[in-house]
Amino acid sequence: MKTIIFVIMGTILVENFVLQKFLGICPFLGVSKKMNSAVGMSGAVVFVMTLASAATWAVNEYILLPNDLEFLRTISFILVVAALVQFVEIILKRFIKPLYKSLGIYLPLITTNCAVLGVALLNIQKSYGFGMSVLYGFAAGLSFTVAIILFSGIRERLETADVPEAFKGLPIALISAAFLSLAFMGFQGLFTF
Amino acid sequence: MKKLFKEFTKGLVKENPIFVLVLGMCPTLAVTTSAENGLGMGAAATVVLLGSNIVISMLRKIIPDKVRIPAYITVIAGFVTVVQLLLKAYQPDLDKALGIFIPLIVVNCIILARAEMFASKNNVVSSIADALGMGLGFTLALFILGSVREILGTGAFFGMDLTGGVVIPATSFILPAGGFLVLGLLMGLFNKVTKKNPSSKFDCAHCPLQCVVKQTEEVAK
Repeated sequence: MKTIIFVIMGTILVENFVLQKFLGICPFLGVSKKMNSAVGMSGAVVFVMTLASAATWAVNEYILLPNDLEFLRTISFILVVAALVQFVEIILKRFIKPLYKSLGIYLPLITTNCAVLGVALLNIQKSYGFGMSVLYGFAAGLSFTVAIILFSGIRERLETADVPEAFKGLPIALISAAFLSLAFMGFQGLFTF
Repeated sequence: MKKLFKEFTKGLVKENPIFVLVLGMCPTLAVTTSAENGLGMGAAATVVLLGSNIVISMLRKIIPDKVRIPAYITVIAGFVTVVQLLLKAYQPDLDKALGIFIPLIVVNCIILARAEMFASKNNVVSSIADALGMGLGFTLALFILGSVREILGTGAFFGMDLTGGVVIPATSFILPAGGFLVLGLLMGLFNKVTKKNPSSKFDCAHCPLQCVVKQTEEVAK
């Protein structure tokens, strides 16, 4: 229990995937203009990251390692992630319509989200077991959620702010992200796992 | 010849992948803690971009439209693996410094976007010019970003001390927060100089490739 809390809190606050590790910046900047779409996107990310952690762990453990195919890790992982996203989309469309309606449009964008492939590779790099991989994937998704929701709150305010012409849009968003990241640095060393 | 030169130079300023197209933000922010790492990442991405553009342009009439994105990703992943193994063998220090961001070149928007927007529609020679120009523009932007962060954050340039022990460098510039800040300021400066602000219009999910994916999804429905 203690480990679970430490991993989740540590990943969200100390090693935030977006603000400290720079993974998943594209959706962080692209889908954070409105709170609603930020929530939808992060729901899809948590879902896919948890599943992708489990799937890539199994592929690595049962297919790549026994056959000495570690050099194919990058190729196989990206294909697993792409196939998984398609699979999730089909399943949701067929069986869970309401969830598909709220997450559906974000799913195809996730294949190219580097946080998903990133968490799969980090799990292997840190040689986590199955349970720990899934937990880390889930926590990573949550850390993305926290970052993007906080950031979309800031960006909704920025819409009405008077910003110099050259800084409108992304430049000012990046500068605000810098301060958000600076604030998260205050949590450094709070949890270790 | 003139057209080829145009394809090559457009990536440097007019369609700079970072400051104008805003592609590949993750490695841009993550690895630019020093000028050297910026150059290394830029070179690695350029090699992958060149390889994938050539192959995808050659196969553009063979790959069926419906499965083109997975096909592109597989081609790109192949080249990334080549670069990854080469770096491990000949540049182990750089490999360690760039770490997880080398395999993540696979999902770097620049490469997929160039495949989708250029190589799949043009012949091999112009695809090569496009890849070299875009790669150079990306490397240039990473180098500038890396230099600013290294000089302000560590007081050194390519590991050479510039401060002479007089000025204390602001370490926060090589921390994640500094990456966001310097990129934001440089992008603002770039807009000021070119008198345009392409990024203010970005709405669709940011990466052109993601827009393309989204549109195909909508058409499919």
